[in-house]
Amino acid sequence: MNIWLIMFIGGLTTFGMRFSLIFLFGRFEVPETMRKALHYVPPAVLSAIIFPELLYRANSLDLSFDNVRLFAGIIAILAAWFTKNTLLTILAGMIALLILQLI
Amino acid sequence: MSEARRNFIEGVRAEFPLLVGVFPFGMIYGTLALKAGLSTLASQFMSSIVFAGSSQFVAAQLIHDEAPGFVIIVTIAVVNLRHMLYSASLAPYLKNLSLKWKVILSYFLTDEAYAPSILNYEAEGVTPTNHWFLLGAGFSLWFIWQISTAIGIFLGTAIPESWSLDFALPLTFIAMVVPALKNRPMIAAALTAGIVALLAYSLPFKLGLILAALAGIAVGTIMESRK
Repeated sequence: MNIWLIMFIGGLTTFGMRFSLIFLFGRFEVPETMRKALHYVPPAVLSAIIFPELLYRANSLDLSFDNVRLFAGIIAILAAWFTKNTLLTILAGMIALLILQLI
Repeated sequence: MSEARRNFIEGVRAEFPLLVGVFPFGMIYGTLALKAGLSTLASQFMSSIVFAGSSQFVAAQLIHDEAPGFVIIVTIAVVNLRHMLYSASLAPYLKNLSLKWKVILSYFLTDEAYAPSILNYEAEGVTPTNHWFLLGAGFSLWFIWQISTAIGIFLGTAIPESWSLDFALPLTFIAMVVPALKNRPMIAAALTAGIVALLAYSLPFKLGLILAALAGIAVGTIMESRK
């Protein structure tokens, strides 16, 4: 699918959700279960991306010591845990990756 | 100064501290979207067409991974579902506005515009002009998001490919997830999603991603209900 079409449909969907209950006020309430479930969307979606990014290489699971992205990712996880800072986390992970690639 | 204009400026002022955090985030988005393989134009326009930070990062990652269009769209929708809560929460305060205003304010309804605006509505109730506060908060965020995206793209063009900067996208996700892991349901949701994503990796069309996300959301929600 064309990337512009993807962006337009994605944007329209996002707008639709923002507009939905402002438009439908009083005719529809957000169910309690959905309110709860929404808290778990970011950690779930992002973890579903992170794990394979760190552990898969060329379509197969790579738990070996050669997997530099896994080590760099673990260092970034530690940096995120202790600093809670986006820029420092990215820097820690990128520097780790560049150094590990040299070794 | 008219009351509407005063409200607009108050909204911009209330947004200011949030803009400080958004600016580097927009720059990172611009650079990484470019490094994920989007064109300069597509990287820039995603910031106004989709205009929702974390979903733009996710979309860039999935475009980089050559995921099919419908998977990218479903993922954007899932990541942005929370905006329905903001929509529900603001709806009573906006009910008397014209359709045109509802459409405009909905477009600007981001996390960062919602936060100060709901506080303002709770403190002041509905006045004839305080939807201008939401517009001020939303528009200033939109403006900064476009500028910071452009600067990020500009910087991105100067960074050589050999820096493996595509890896900064998963690193950004790590920076978003890890600080949110404050309780057991959150940790369980993240671990479940991650493990299911590994197990279901070979499913066609990147469906493993959606399956993993749904599994994580379900486990988190069930654990919270049992507390």
